[in-house]
Amino acid sequence: MDPSPDEAAAQIEAQEEGGRRVLRASGRIDTEAAARLWPEAMKAAAGAPFAALELSGLKGIDSAGAVLLLTAAPDAEFRGATEQAAAVLERTRRALGTAPPVSAPTRWRPITAIGHATVERARTAVAGIAFMGEAVVTTLRVLTRPRLLRWSEVLRHLDEVGTRAFPLTLLLGFLIGVILAYQSSIPLRRFGAEVFVPNLVGISLLRELGPLLAGVVLAGRTGSAFAAELGTMTVNEEVDALKIMGVDATAMLVLPRLVAATLAMPVLALLMNVAGLAGMTLIMGTLGYPWASVQNQLQQWLSLQDLFGGLFKAACFGLVIAGIGCRAGLSAGRGPRAVGDAATAAVVGGIVAIVAMDGVFAVLFFRLGI
Amino acid sequence: MAEEPVIRAEGLAVRFGSRTIFKDVTFDVRRGEIFVILGGSGCGKSTLLKALIGLVPLAAGHAWLLGEELAAEDDAARRALLRRIGVMWQSGALFGSMTLAENIELPLEEHTDLPRAAREAVARSKLGLVGLGDAAGRLPAEISGGMAKRAGIARAMALDPPLLFLDEPSAGLDPITSAGLDKLIKDIARDTGTTFVVVTHELQSILAIGDRCIMLDKDAQGMIAEGDPRRLKAESTQPTVRAFFRREAA
Repeated sequence: MDPSPDEAAAQIEAQEEGGRRVLRASGRIDTEAAARLWPEAMKAAAGAPFAALELSGLKGIDSAGAVLLLTAAPDAEFRGATEQAAAVLERTRRALGTAPPVSAPTRWRPITAIGHATVERARTAVAGIAFMGEAVVTTLRVLTRPRLLRWSEVLRHLDEVGTRAFPLTLLLGFLIGVILAYQSSIPLRRFGAEVFVPNLVGISLLRELGPLLAGVVLAGRTGSAFAAELGTMTVNEEVDALKIMGVDATAMLVLPRLVAATLAMPVLALLMNVAGLAGMTLIMGTLGYPWASVQNQLQQWLSLQDLFGGLFKAACFGLVIAGIGCRAGLSAGRGPRAVGDAATAAVVGGIVAIVAMDGVFAVLFFRLGI
Repeated sequence: MAEEPVIRAEGLAVRFGSRTIFKDVTFDVRRGEIFVILGGSGCGKSTLLKALIGLVPLAAGHAWLLGEELAAEDDAARRALLRRIGVMWQSGALFGSMTLAENIELPLEEHTDLPRAAREAVARSKLGLVGLGDAAGRLPAEISGGMAKRAGIARAMALDPPLLFLDEPSAGLDPITSAGLDKLIKDIARDTGTTFVVVTHELQSILAIGDRCIMLDKDAQGMIAEGDPRRLKAESTQPTVRAFFRREAA
């Protein structure tokens, strides 16, 4: 593109006048001209400082042009400038005078970074313990004064956490049942043990996968939603407003969510189990095993202990996921990223926590012979 | 021949569903003018601003900015036109992951060939203009609402647009900062010929900076007054206008 006549005329020139350096600017020094002339101006500014800016040939100037001239000649006097150009330059000079260059970010020091991260983790852990303590104390208080718990909120969250998650849970459970049945039938067939597929899938679902996958669904759907909702309330200072009004924020915001998730999770795990077994039964039918054969295997090998052990785990998972979600939301920082960070922390924390807890339960159940 | 207005609005109407926010809004804004859109809360001032810049669809009417009708332009022309417009949002609307300086450098990076050092210096000068020279390296989460608003003005001015829209620039600011901002707006309009469209209901600001204004009214669903705010204050016989300028309860 050809430059406009003004831009073509825009130029700067360093001159000597009676032993003083003068920077002469002419034409229209606008943003485009400033971009073009910047290297030249900085090169000229590398020498002795300019005593004056000769501006009689200036046709116009914008703020980027003013920044160019004032960066090259910060302390120069203005000569021959129109009233408007002088005003723009003066205003920009004052503004730059109050705005020192931003210092470069501190160089990354690994030891310091590790130290900071460790301290930060320790603080988070302490705050987490304090949150748990607060939740326990509030629960005890609610046991003596049940009115503190808002049952309408519990029902609302039960709907959110439970009812609305049913379709997804059923779909996932069914698909997992289908996949497990197919995958386990391949090796078992080699030993002529295909008939034991229901035993394998049934035990896996009831004891492990049902509660665990329901937990993953809960962490992804509900843990993040809790964190986002409470995080937004924190950012909007609604939580502070509750505290100042003398309302117990834990009883109002946290407890209903904990109760709802703890009650809903066994139901979700049960649905996951039923859907999974249905999927497995369907596949066994296609492999030539009638419903009666599958039912017979399940009755022989599965016990109520397997079912209730899994459902107990699910309830514990629900409590922990909701707790982590609420904690992430209530500890959200300020700014627009805070809510997203809280939601991420809730999902990641929730999933890690239930897998870790599942490991503990596995050892515990093994020791107890459950 | 009279100079073409910077903004020409003809019969503008905005409806949300069956609810009419305003209708039959017609006005011109001249070059270098500080034009104020005023009115009580909920009368559609900010909606009118958004309708002018194409963020809210018009149910009726036409708006021309800098001689071009935004709604009729193709993408490239729209982009070119929007580059010549600056908008300061009510909340500042700063990008949370960037420092204040980076927020201001963003339009410079996108629309100019200025080298990094120049962009950084321009950003500092803009922040200095709004009294935030020492906050260039801070994140939006680390500053107050009033500071965010001022940083929003600095970002709107980054490209020296000939037309600047300011949505409630002085709301929530202390009187000294607010007066400083009013002076800055007047100085820039005088020195550079920049046209300002300011949405506000701050009486002192309206009277200090407004060359002309229109007043919207919720009940009338449109304009109820137009002219010099000082004359409206002194001479208007329209009850709502009088009540507004004299701070009388309805």
